[in-house]
This record gives sequence, C-alpha cells and structure tokens, in this order.
Amino acid sequence: MWRRVIALIKKEFLALMKDKKSRLTIIIPPILQLLIFGYAATYDLERVRFAVYDEDRSHASRDLISRFSCSPTFHLVSHITRDEHIAPLIDNKNVLLIIRIGPQFSRDLLTGRGTDLQVIIDGRNSNTALIVLNYVRTILTDFNMDWMARHNWPTPPANLYIRSWYNENLESRWFIVPGIVGLLTLVVTMLVTALSVAREREQGTFDQLLVTPLRPFELLLGKALPGFIIGIVEATLIILIAMFWFDIPLRGNLLALYIGLVLFLLSAIGVGLMISSLALTQQQGLMGAFIFLVPSVILSGFTTPIANMPVLVQKLTLFNPLRYFMVVIRGVFLEEAPVTVLLDQYWPMALIGSITMLTAAWFFRHRTT
Amino acid sequence: MNNKEQGKNLNQSGSGATAMRLRGIVRKEFLQIMRDPSSIAIAFLMPVLLLLLFGYGVSLDAEHVPVAVVVEHSSVHTASLTAKFSTSRYFEPVFITSLQEAKQALINHKVDGIIYLKSDFSRILKTGYEPAPIQVILNGVDSNTARLVSGYVQGIWATWIEELAREQGSRASMPVNLQHRIWFNSQVRSQNFLVPGLVAVIMTLIGALLTAMIVSREWERGTMEALMSTPVAIREILLGKIIPYFVLGMGGMLLTVALTVWLFDVPLRGSFWILVSTSALFLLTALGMGLFISTIARNQFIAGQAAIIVTFLPAFLLSGFIFDIESMPALVQAITHIIAARYFIMILQTVFLAGNVWSVIIPNAFALLVLAIIFLGLSRFKSYKRLD
Amino acid sequence: MNETAAFQKSALSFNAVCKTFVEGKRTIPALVNVTFNIRLGSISSLVGPDGAGKTTLIRVALGLLRPEQGDITLFDTPIASAPSYVQTVTGYMPQRFGLYEDLTVSENLDLYADLQGVASDERPERYHELMKMTNLQNFTSRLAGRLSGGMKQKLGLACTLLSSPKLLLLDEPTVGVDPVSRRELWSIVSRLVEEKHTTVLLSTAYLDEAERCDNIILLNEGRILDQGPPDSFTRGLQHRIFEITSDLNKRRLQQELQSAEGVLDAVIQGDLVRLVMREGYEPKKVKKIYDIHGIQIDSVSPRFEDGYIAMLDAEKGGLDAQGVEFDTAVKETKDGIVIAVDHIKRRFGDFYAVKDVSFQVFRGEVFGLLGANGAGKTTTFRMLCGMLPVSEGSLSVSGVDLRTAAAEARARVGYMSQKFSLYGSLSVMQNLRFFSSVYDLTGRRREERIQWALDQLELAPVKDASSGELPLGYKQRLALSCALMHEPDILFLDEPTSGVDPLARREFWKHINALSNSGVTVLVTTHFLEEAEYCDRLAIMVDGEIPAIGTPLEIRTQAGTIAREPIVSMEEAFVTLIREQSKN
Repeated sequence: MWRRVIALIKKEFLALMKDKKSRLTIIIPPILQLLIFGYAATYDLERVRFAVYDEDRSHASRDLISRFSCSPTFHLVSHITRDEHIAPLIDNKNVLLIIRIGPQFSRDLLTGRGTDLQVIIDGRNSNTALIVLNYVRTILTDFNMDWMARHNWPTPPANLYIRSWYNENLESRWFIVPGIVGLLTLVVTMLVTALSVAREREQGTFDQLLVTPLRPFELLLGKALPGFIIGIVEATLIILIAMFWFDIPLRGNLLALYIGLVLFLLSAIGVGLMISSLALTQQQGLMGAFIFLVPSVILSGFTTPIANMPVLVQKLTLFNPLRYFMVVIRGVFLEEAPVTVLLDQYWPMALIGSITMLTAAWFFRHRTT
Repeated sequence: MNNKEQGKNLNQSGSGATAMRLRGIVRKEFLQIMRDPSSIAIAFLMPVLLLLLFGYGVSLDAEHVPVAVVVEHSSVHTASLTAKFSTSRYFEPVFITSLQEAKQALINHKVDGIIYLKSDFSRILKTGYEPAPIQVILNGVDSNTARLVSGYVQGIWATWIEELAREQGSRASMPVNLQHRIWFNSQVRSQNFLVPGLVAVIMTLIGALLTAMIVSREWERGTMEALMSTPVAIREILLGKIIPYFVLGMGGMLLTVALTVWLFDVPLRGSFWILVSTSALFLLTALGMGLFISTIARNQFIAGQAAIIVTFLPAFLLSGFIFDIESMPALVQAITHIIAARYFIMILQTVFLAGNVWSVIIPNAFALLVLAIIFLGLSRFKSYKRLD
Repeated sequence: MNETAAFQKSALSFNAVCKTFVEGKRTIPALVNVTFNIRLGSISSLVGPDGAGKTTLIRVALGLLRPEQGDITLFDTPIASAPSYVQTVTGYMPQRFGLYEDLTVSENLDLYADLQGVASDERPERYHELMKMTNLQNFTSRLAGRLSGGMKQKLGLACTLLSSPKLLLLDEPTVGVDPVSRRELWSIVSRLVEEKHTTVLLSTAYLDEAERCDNIILLNEGRILDQGPPDSFTRGLQHRIFEITSDLNKRRLQQELQSAEGVLDAVIQGDLVRLVMREGYEPKKVKKIYDIHGIQIDSVSPRFEDGYIAMLDAEKGGLDAQGVEFDTAVKETKDGIVIAVDHIKRRFGDFYAVKDVSFQVFRGEVFGLLGANGAGKTTTFRMLCGMLPVSEGSLSVSGVDLRTAAAEARARVGYMSQKFSLYGSLSVMQNLRFFSSVYDLTGRRREERIQWALDQLELAPVKDASSGELPLGYKQRLALSCALMHEPDILFLDEPTSGVDPLARREFWKHINALSNSGVTVLVTTHFLEEAEYCDRLAIMVDGEIPAIGTPLEIRTQAGTIAREPIVSMEEAFVTLIREQSKN
C-alpha cells in the first residue's frame, strides 16, 4: 500500500515542481508577502504630523511642545496663529493632530489652578485617532509628573503602574508577523490542494486513477501528503524569517508549535481537498478556495480581535481553523505557552481536519459529472 | 460585383460596423456573466459577504474587555475605583481574590488584564505621603488592544482621582488636563472608516480579479482564435470586455454604498457624484490591471493567482485601508505609490466622513487617472491580433 | 506548377513559406519552404501525420501567425500588406470550433453576425437558411455546450458561414463526429462550393474525405511531400493492390499477410483484406501468402489511402511494427463470459442516457461499442469501469462490479480514455514508473515491464520527453502502455484512435489484435466504422439502446434486411440502423 501512496506523492511533486510557473507561485510570493506585509502591517505610528496653536508662548508651553516635537512619534509641521487655520489643516490631511494651548495656560499652571490642553484629531481612521490620543496622553502624563515634582504640586493620591506581559514595548510587529505565518501557510496549502483534484478531473487523469487498484484512502493520503510536506517546509521557512529577520522572540517550545502546525495543516488540507473534490473545473476550485480564504482570514483574529465581534460572528469563527492556529502560534512565540495550555486549540483543528478529509475521500468516488 | 464588394468592405471598417461588433461582444460578455455562477458569486455574493463581515464582524474598538480585579483589602476607596470599572462599557471586570489566580487567568486567556490593589493600598492612600500604587498588568500580545486598554485605564484613573480630590475639597489634582475632540468620527466607530474602505476592496475584486480571468479564459477555451479570425479589432475586443465589467463594478459600488449608508449608518458627507466619478476612475484602473494580467498570463490559474497577489492583497494591506501608510518603512511607502487603492481609499474616507475637500480629491483623482491610462495603455500595447 | 493551374484564377497561394517555433532552447521547424496554389472554387484538403504542420499552415494563411519567410497571396492581395482584408473574406473554424459553450445557439449566431458585420435586415433570412442547412432549427435556444459533438461542429460551421466567406478554412472539422453528422457536414460543404463557388481548404485525418477533394496537399514534418488531385497519388500503385479472402478468419488473415515478405499494408475491409504490395512484389509469388488455406486474390484499383501509406512509408523507411506480446494468465470464468451486462439503465435527472442495455463479452473477444455522439456509449463505458453507478440493472466484469469490488479486482483491468489521460508535465519514463507503482509492480518485474513498454511500443527514443508535448501518436502509445503495464485480463478503450492519423491507427490495431490473440478481452468504443470491422462482435448504440448486436457480417445483414438491399459497408449499415431506430 505504501508503495502506491509514495508513487502518488512522487508524482504530485514532479507535476508541481516541473512546471516553472507553479514552482515560482509556491515559493516566491509567500516570502515576498511576508517581507512586505511584515513591514507594512503595523499599528504603531511614526512621524505623526501635527500643528501647534500656541496662544500662550510661555516657557511652560514651549516645554510641552518640545516634548512632542522631540518624540519620534510626532513631527511638527507648522505653527498656526488663528482659529480659521485649524479646519483646513485637518481637512486637507496636512496634519493628523492639532495641539492648542490657550492664552491662560502658564498663568493657570503657575497659580496652581490647573489648566486644559485642547487636542483635535482627524478621526477619518478611527483606530489611528485613538492611537494618537494615547500617545498624546502618555506625553502629557510625563509632563504632569515633571511639573508636579518641580513645582511642589501636591501629589495625586494614587498612581498607575502599567506593565504589559509578553510584549513589553507593545510592538505591533510582534503581534502581526506570527499571524502572517499562519495566514501564508493557509494560502499556500489551499492553493496546492484546492486545485489538485479539480485539475486531474479536468485533464481526465482522475478517471485513470479511479480504475487503478488505489483505494480512496490511499488516494487521500497521496493527495494530502504533498500539501502537508510543502506546508511544513514553507511554514518552517517563514518561522525562521520571522525569528531572524524580524527578530520576533520564539519563547515557547517547538513541540507545542509543531503539534499545532501539523493539526492546522491537517484541517487546511482537509478543507482544500474537500473544495477540490467538489469542484468540477479548476476555476470552480479557485473560486471555492477564494471564497473560503477571505472570510477565514478576516474572522481569524489576524488583525482584529475576535472578542470585538458580535456573539453570532464569534460563534461562526469556531469553524475556522486559522482562528485556533493564530492562538497557538502567538502563544508559543510570545507567551511561552506549553502544550497543556493549547489543548483547547488543538482538538477543534483535529476535528475539522478529520471531518473534511473524510468528506473529501467520499466525494472522490461519488462526485460524478 | 466588384463595387458591391468594396462597399461592403468600406462598411466593415466604418463606425457603424465598429458599433455593431462592439455591441456583439458586450452582449456576449453580459450573457456569459449571467450564466456563470462564479462571476455572479464574485460580483454580488462576495461584496455582500465582505460588507457583512466588516460591518458586523470586524471591529478594532475593544469593548467589554475582561479584566481581573484583585483587591486584597477592600475599603471605601477601592470600592469607588472598582465601581468605575464595573460601570464602564470598556471593561467586564471579574473579581478574583488572589494575584496568583489572576495571573493564571491571564495565562489562560480568560482575562486580558489585571487590576491589582495591594493590601496596603487604602492605608497609603489615607496617609497621603506618597501616591498609592494601582498596578495594572496587560496581555501585550495584541499590542493594539493593549494600548487601547491602557488608554481606557488611564481615563478611568484620571476621573477617579479628580472625583476623589473634589470629595476632599482640594483643588484639581493634575496640572494639565487633556481635552480631546476627534473630528469626523466623534464616536470613534471603526465601521465608519472600514466600511467605506471596502468599496475599494470590492471594486478591486470585480475589476481586477474577474477581468483577469476573462481574457485568459478565452485563450484557454480556444475562442480567442475564433475571435481573431473575424474582422473585429483588438481595441474592440478590449473595449467590449471593459464595458460590461465596468457596469458590473459600478453596480457593485452602488450596492456597497447603499448598504454602507443605510445599513451601517455611515454618514456620506461629501457629494455622491464625486464619489461616483472617482469610483469610475478607480474602476478603470482596476480593469486595466486585470486586463493586463490576463493578457500576459493566458492561463486562468496563473492569472487568478497573480490577480490575488498583485491587486487584492495590496488593496487590503498596503492601501491605508487598515494600516497607516505613513508609519511604514520608506521602501514600502514607495511601493504603495503604485497601488491605485491607496489613492482611492484616501478619497473614500474623505468624501464619506469629511466632505468635498478638493485639495484631497483632486491630486488623488489625478493619480488614479494616470494609473488608469498606464494600465489600459499597457494592455492595449501587449495585445495584438496574432497567436505568436 | 503546370501551365493550366497557373492560368486559372488562384484563391490562396503560398510561396516558399517558412515558420519555426522557439520552445526554450530548441527551435522547431513547423513549415519548411511550403509552396502551393489553391484554385478558386475548389475543395482542397490537407493531410499528414500528427504534428505535420497542418494547423500551423492554416493559421499562417489567416495571418494569425507570421511566417519568417515567404509570401502568401489571398485573392491576388498579399496578406502581409492587408491583414484586415484577410478576415473579411475568410471564414475559419478552429479545431475547438470557437463556440461559446455558455451561450445558446442563436446567441452564438448573433455574436458572430455582429462581428462579421452582417446587416440586421439580412439576418433572419440568413439564420433560417443556415439553420435549415445544418438541421439545427429545433435547437436555437439550447446552450452550445449542451449540443452533441456533431451539432457543435455544424454550429461552428454555420457561424463561420454567416458572412458568406470567399475562402473557408476548416481545421479537422470532422474529428470526434459520428458518421451521420460527418455526412451532413460534407453535404453542406459541397453545396457551398456548388452554389456559392466558395473555395475550401480543410485539414483531415480521414483519408476517404481527402479523396473527395479536388486537390490534396500531403504534409510531413512541415514539408509538402506531394500535392495534386487524389488520383495523382496512386499512379505508381496500379497493379500492387489486391483483395484477399481465405479460409482463415479475416483478422488472422490480416496478421498473416502483414508479416509476409513484400507486403506494404494489409487492412481489413468488410469481409476481406486489402493488400498493398511493395514495388516489384506479387502476392502469388510470395510463399507465405500463397500457402494460406483457401486463398483468393483479386487485383483491384488503388485508392488515395494506398498512395498515402506508400508515400509515408517511403519517407519514414518502413512501417512494420509488430504487435505487442505478452502471455497473460487469463482467469477462466466458467462459461467464458468476462463482461455481463444485464438490463442496465442510467438516469441523469429525468433523462435516461442509457435505457435497458444488455450484452455479454466473451474471453479473448474484441468487442466494439458503436454509436453516434450522445448515444450513451461513454456512459455505458464509465459504468463498466466502475466510475459511474448504474441506476437500475446489474453488470459484472470478471464476475464482480468494479464499483464496489475490492481494489484487487481493478488490478485485472486496463483502461485508456479518449483524452489519453496522462500527466502532461511528467516525462514518458516518469509516467511509466508512476503507473507501474500504482499497479503494484515492484523490483525486477517492474523494470522488465517498463523495458517492455519502451521496446515493444517504441517509446525508448522519447523516454525523457515531457509527455504533454509528444505528438498524438506517441501519446496514444504511451497511454496504451500505461494501461497494459500490469498485463490486465481486460482492456477498456474509449475512442482510442480519435484524431489519430491513419498510420498510427493501423499500428494501434496491430497491438490490439496481438493482445486479443494472447487471450486479453478488449472492449472498445469508436467512431471509425472501418474499425468496426476489426471487432469480433459489436453492439450499435442509438439513443441509449442497442438495436443491433453481433458480428460485423451479422450487423450488415440485419441492416440489409431493413434496407431491402445488400449492404457492404459498415457505414451504410450504421446509418440505416440509426434511421430505422429513430423511426420507431
């Protein structure tokens, strides 16, 4: 039996690797995407353009402004002197943020009365706006602390000490890049498997296979293992790039990661083969893969947390293998999660994998034109 | 006979014949679209699916974040602080008695953060010699959420000490208080910027992905050879393919805009006609890219993959749709300049949320126009009426 | 070129045209110094083995490919200077008809009418005329993809005829078309030539079709071997053609003759064997032939096919491939029945593709399944192979139903489909290795079988070539060797010779005969009615039923009783039976 399966696997690889175009499609785009998206996909802001409307022009106001302009996060583009200048600057997207310091600023401060700082933020991208607001708040808190210390201001009754575990500096890249590992592994395995049966059906070779002594189970293995091997190799390569190019720390153990990877591939290949065995043409296979891929990426927690979704949509994500793998890969990379903590992620992937594989094997023989 | 022949030939190169041939191809494309379930799926099902997913499913606004609140020694003050967390819509506090248990909950993803008030918290607060420590531990893996949560915590903390100060009759506790106004989207709903951005993604899907398949399909099925042996000109074939998909794409756009405005309550502050005309420009660019890919690939499989990789994914990730372009490294920023979706997203977010800001619309629309001319020109240049 | 030809008005002429293709580092000459001249109002055919350059020639004539050298003149206009002119005066039907399968018949017509600039007031009349001519009146609202192969061809032809082209170019218009539709196609073309004086150039693999043309161009490896009217090809063959009968059965006789000295070609034709002798040989003087029991030799006049074979034989230096051999230990079933089909039906939706079909095939038999496109042959075939379940009835192959049988049962069956389904990107050797492993061959046995395939089916010279790029004849041999790898008892062949040139077809049947002699049971479907004569028994399928079953002679006799006159050719018999069935 194994001899037949090995022959099938060999054939799949030969067919895949002999064609220069399909060889390139499997290798180049994923790596290119990892590099571009690894750099592009970040929520961290740099050089946020801002303008200052300083009506006070005092020592204190200049001190506050310089805290902004000296930070790498902000970039001062202009000083304005009139109210009417505010709207056009924001409307035209010249600046994202305007800091307005009122004429009473330093007087209020020095008399110990406390004062307000007005900021106006462009909310067209609400997420960016919130992040900017947070940066502003951090700088202002520093300023307040210093002011209180230097001017004998009464200390607040309680202070906040915020620490972040796992990702101490809150770098978005640490969150996104491991996610890309899952995303790309899914895309590659889907492309390899979703068309494999459909292509053979279109070319008539699948009939030829059905009349050989190959059993459906062997056919399934022969079709699944090449995708599996490619998936493991590709994922390993991407993990290495994430570790050594993007310097994402891999803190957990590899066993926990690879158990997750194996189960994830099982479920991804299962879905791919199911689509493929249902599709009569390659075009249908490609569309099927696409229609599966888009929602499963969006509903995986890759860029937006599942917890923020409505309850119904959250239930829907339970059918999405990528969702579980995202937890596994981020857990192992950043949280040092051991196998025991990840068990809840493992079994759903195993279940999805087995069900889809069995369905695919059944359709091999029962889907007829 | 000779004269009649010539008359007929003349007729075939005249504008009447061009119109007739064009009409023939356009009608054929429409019929094919109607009969092919997969193009219907991409043109109508995918937009609705994406809209529902993004409109209802995707949100960057963290609410009801589960946090563990550990109060080792409770008092009036700890109660007033924790009450602030309980009443906030941003938090869903779970009261846990020991820090150890809370940390376990954090490790198991039961909670996203811990608010820890040590046993001496109330005592230090009363003595007032030094600030009493409120310790906060967050799961920083999802850095964006962590940052938002820490902002919410700071907000709660600031109001709490202010109230405390007022109670004790002392003056405002902070030297400078922050007063912020977020323009255009005062409730900071992420739907308000995600859903309009979807117009670009959906039009890329219809324009580039669908068109990428259609020319290569003709090559694969051998119908291109038959087309080429008729008097039809290349520009007529290309035009005949652009027109139906242009109509389809504009249909997809109108559907998306209608759902955006009526179902998701996103305001449309600018002019509808500016939206329509810039969408048309963007659609031409997307069609140009799709045609160009399919002219080169001549194979549906390769064309489909190329379209996903060079049009669809960048429209998602490199266009400013989700991630801010200016925070990307210079090289990646340079790459975004050739991505049409970048310009269109800028226009979309402005026209929907800000209004008719000409200084944003005109340069971006011009960039779209240039890209449209480049891609359509390239497809024209790369197609010729021969098989070799 | 002779004087009169030059004098007559020319429709299309090639002068020293060369065309090469570059594939990777190799350059492949597709047309070498091709010169010919087609008379206005004539029918010319382009014949030659697969890969001879027929399609390239037609594409070059249309301006779809640009030749490196040479001039092409179309109605006195050089096509290089007026490419758009070509498309206004020609009609072209490519091999895959160029129809849009997801459009209906009338939508296809509308499209091509628009593209060819047919004025809308002329259309109703034109459509009516063409639909009547092609007999498609009742199908105008049917999707083109749902038409049978023959109807697709007729529709394709109708689409090219919309603008009444002066020159009609048809690339293998009758491949995959059943005999009835073929006849109809030909009558349409002949009427065009007669009534409208259209000039026609067509490529074909059917030599009887070529023989009907005014002019034949024989291409081989991009060169013109010869051209002229059909009878010019048979000039040297005058006393070399014979019809033979004997006491032996005709297949045995044909094999005997084929292996005799001095024999160029021996083919079964009806009840006798047609013999072509090499130059300087006479059958009566060859001992092996003379010794055959009850031999009768009649001299007959040559036909084009004989000339074709002789010419390519001279070019290729001998055609004598022996049939493959192997000694199968065929499992004896009690009554010698290998395939039993008992009242099977197959339904798709509410349409019965196969209704109540029964037959048996005995050990060592070559059994043919004949029928028009859409008669249910392929459905029956797929059910036998276990690829499709039967809706009603039962069937068994070697005593089991392959659909439910254990995998081992499938190891006794060989299968070859009409698309020669092989892995195109794999090399010949890799295909052989793959199929031998899948059929559980190991170690020395596997090496032996692969060597056998390379030797017996002459695949050794191409063993490292990509199988997708091989000429059709090689593909067919490779597909056969993959199906025979494991020495099956039963061989299923689905239109194994479709689109293959006459030489490759002959060779293929040699192998089938040899297999049958060593006890292999062969079930074959075919369109070629001359091939029906090669079968021991055959069943004719019409609309999912079998109105006639028996030996070729019995079939012809049965048709003869219906027609009330003796019928000698299988094609006649077939057409008669189909007409009779559709009357009921």
